[in-house]
Amino acid sequence: MNWVEIGTINDIPRRGARCVNTPDGKIAVFRTMEDQIFAIDDHCPHKGGPLSQGIVHGAAVTCPLHNWVISLETGKALGADEGSVKTIAVKRDGDRILALLELAAVAAE
Amino acid sequence: MEAATKKQKLVVIGNGMAPGRALEHLFEMAPDAYDVTIFNAEPRVNYDRIMLSPVLSGEKAFEEIIIHGDGWYIKHGITLYKGHKIVGIDLTAKTVTSDAGTTETYDKLLIATGSVPFVLPVPGNNLPGVLTYRDLDDVNAMLLAAQSRARAVVIGGGLLGLEAAAGLKSRGMDVTVLHIMPTLMERQLDPAAGYLLEQAVEQRGIRVMTKASTKEIIGQTKVEGVLLADGTILSADLVVMAAGIRPNAMLAKEVGLETNRGIVVDGGMRTSDSDVFSIGECAEVGGQCYGLVAPLYEMARVVSAQLAGDADAKFVHSETPTKLKVTGINLFSVGDLGEGDDRQEIVLRDAAAGVYKRLVLKDDRIIGTVLYGETSDGAWFHDLTKKRTDISEMRDTLIFGQSYQGGSPLDPMAAVAALPDDAEICGCNGICKGKITGAISGKGLTSLDDVRAHTKASASCGSCTGLVEQLLSITLGDSYNPSAVTPMCGCTDLGHDDVRRLIKAKKLKSIPAVMQELEWKTSCGCAKCRPALNYYLIADWPDEYADDYQSRFINERVHANIQKDGTYSVVPRMWGGVTNSRELRAIADVVDKFEIPAVKVTGGQRIDMLGIKKEDLPAVWADLGKAGFISGQAYAKGLRTVKTCVGTDWCRFGTQDSTGLGIRIEKFMWGSWTPAKVKMAVSGCPRNCAEATCKDVGIICVDSGYEIHFAGAAGLDIKGTEVLGMVRTEDEALEHVVALTQMYREQGRYLERIYKWAKRVGLDEIRRQIMQDDAKRRGYFERFVFSQKFAQVDPWSERVSGVDKHEFQPMASVSYQQAAE
Repeated sequence: MNWVEIGTINDIPRRGARCVNTPDGKIAVFRTMEDQIFAIDDHCPHKGGPLSQGIVHGAAVTCPLHNWVISLETGKALGADEGSVKTIAVKRDGDRILALLELAAVAAE
Repeated sequence: MEAATKKQKLVVIGNGMAPGRALEHLFEMAPDAYDVTIFNAEPRVNYDRIMLSPVLSGEKAFEEIIIHGDGWYIKHGITLYKGHKIVGIDLTAKTVTSDAGTTETYDKLLIATGSVPFVLPVPGNNLPGVLTYRDLDDVNAMLLAAQSRARAVVIGGGLLGLEAAAGLKSRGMDVTVLHIMPTLMERQLDPAAGYLLEQAVEQRGIRVMTKASTKEIIGQTKVEGVLLADGTILSADLVVMAAGIRPNAMLAKEVGLETNRGIVVDGGMRTSDSDVFSIGECAEVGGQCYGLVAPLYEMARVVSAQLAGDADAKFVHSETPTKLKVTGINLFSVGDLGEGDDRQEIVLRDAAAGVYKRLVLKDDRIIGTVLYGETSDGAWFHDLTKKRTDISEMRDTLIFGQSYQGGSPLDPMAAVAALPDDAEICGCNGICKGKITGAISGKGLTSLDDVRAHTKASASCGSCTGLVEQLLSITLGDSYNPSAVTPMCGCTDLGHDDVRRLIKAKKLKSIPAVMQELEWKTSCGCAKCRPALNYYLIADWPDEYADDYQSRFINERVHANIQKDGTYSVVPRMWGGVTNSRELRAIADVVDKFEIPAVKVTGGQRIDMLGIKKEDLPAVWADLGKAGFISGQAYAKGLRTVKTCVGTDWCRFGTQDSTGLGIRIEKFMWGSWTPAKVKMAVSGCPRNCAEATCKDVGIICVDSGYEIHFAGAAGLDIKGTEVLGMVRTEDEALEHVVALTQMYREQGRYLERIYKWAKRVGLDEIRRQIMQDDAKRRGYFERFVFSQKFAQVDPWSERVSGVDKHEFQPMASVSYQQAAE
């Protein structure tokens, strides 16, 4: 595992997300209103909806397919639903965003 | 590999409320004991059959009565065969086989085939137009028949028949109820209450004929009427048989299980084959079959305990109160109402108030209760019966109810507060008071929905909702306010209308300003309130507010429709449904170039391309744009299509240029956002080939001008339009339609379709403002035109030129680590 640069904070709109393609599937990288960065698998535990396409509110995202609300901090479904999605460690170095992956970055946009 | 015990296979035949409840219990008690397979003859998930009457009357939508959505089956790993009817069971080989040829083996089998409606054995009972009242298909068939607003005859004056009659009446049909006995609901009510009920039903404009024996259903190719034994002929276009149900024990009987009226089971719900269980309306336990939900849920509890290994679980018979779910008629009945020398009764009548109460006593104990008109003491009387309380001390005041006992105050709340903790509140689910108050304080519940989610109290037939709300008030004190408006979402206590009003009054022009000034409880809102606020702001301040794309659902953010696999579909505008060879060729080229897997003609007269990868969207739009296409906004809360017929251009019946008017409306009105989607149509003559009378807004052309319709629906709800009014010229037609849409834009709640908005504000008020008040209409029209200055921009060409580029590209791609590194 090592820290891999996946982009900069300005690549992601506030209350929005971008995707990172990996051989193990897509990762969704989120930026909250307060500029916190989170990364989780882009795959809702309910029916596999692309979480990166959901509405971001607080430190949570609502899945665009069936409105499950997923915590960005824990990856767990909030409210009455049960399920969870893998979280990926991220950190910031200035504007750069790094993710803890077993991979190497090939190309940023 | 999983070690130790192998899971057993449980196969369930039937997917109604009883097996649904049984599985809920089973997954709680023994989550890993069984692999479950369900065969459902109905092509859908488990829903609350008791609530079909509110669906028929239009008070609820089908979605609101679903108990287990598809997600529940997936979550529990259940294989659900929808629309598979089991036609064979092999008890020796332990297999079941469906009509589609699917065979499954089982270790344990649960038969829950329910009941079948009793169809009178009279000539003509199989004519088209003769329906039963049992499942959603029956309700849909009735709704379809009700659209013609013709005459219906309901055979059967029991619970189901009266609910069906009330539902059909509220859908605009002329309804007659035939009942063979002298008074309605004679099994649950005494004649006096039956008479009051008959009067109340007739006051709703439903004709009631008692002692009416059906001899024949008459008609040539479809129902035309009903012939009674006394020679009376009633004409009818729809006949609903609601004369009772019979346990559906056919299959069990065929395969050799012991059956009587129903499938015979012991107290543990086990049939004559020790690996086969049966519950629900098809099961006969202790010589009795059951039709009300409470004992069926009791069966569910017992069978789940048995399946989980508790051999001691036994079914216990209990009396269940009857309640009629017809809005405005309050009726409660339970126990033994017969007369006899060893019995006494206490009766209270108040004709002016329409109240009738009767208690049947034996040995100083209540054995039967009928309440009509005022039923709030039902739970208390029922409780006294169940506990066999000696009532001799309070006999003089007993009939006045609990609040008159022991000098306690007349506050109805006090009566509920005084109920013991084990008093039953929700009869359907067998939930007592202590369990509800315990959940409210123990789990911090604050709303009716919370209580329903956690305890199921009032979640089935809903008739105990008032009691549950009173318990909420008692437990929570002043912090519970049931009469308050429903808040927009958990982020605020304000309702949609208050928020809209305050946005205007306080001149709030951004989402953060709204959240600050209106004291939002969350910092950033949620996926419910943010899209709503974004719409309200853009509708109220079209020139000043900057659309917040992060507060839009993905479809509106990327201007395409997300599909279940995360790909998108794209629908270009095809004005009025008219196209040509050049446009079709351009679409064909795009489909080939981007290898688009599916192309479909939509219901709105245009073409849908499905399965496009998100990254390809801008390039697809670029090619479509070169051919002159713009976004069809098939994803938007805004104008979707304007369907047309060919009108005077081609049709020998056409009275006006309906195609031209449709195109003109679409070109004038596309762009501005609306509270929910808006679909329109223009038909060139009253034959109505463009189906304008089920649209949000429709126009029917006639020789003398244009008849404007609105508030139709043909989705979850089916509803014909209302007539707004008649205008003479095309220009007037356009102005009126635009003004109507703007009025809706200014008043509608987010996601509220036109027909719901119209119902809320009143058809007459809308007609007055649009048809009669010229100044108002001009004002609406001009405000719409102003909004269009900012909204009528093709979102596809914007994105082709680079807007929101980040939406369509991944931020990075990473691969496995290179060896060299």
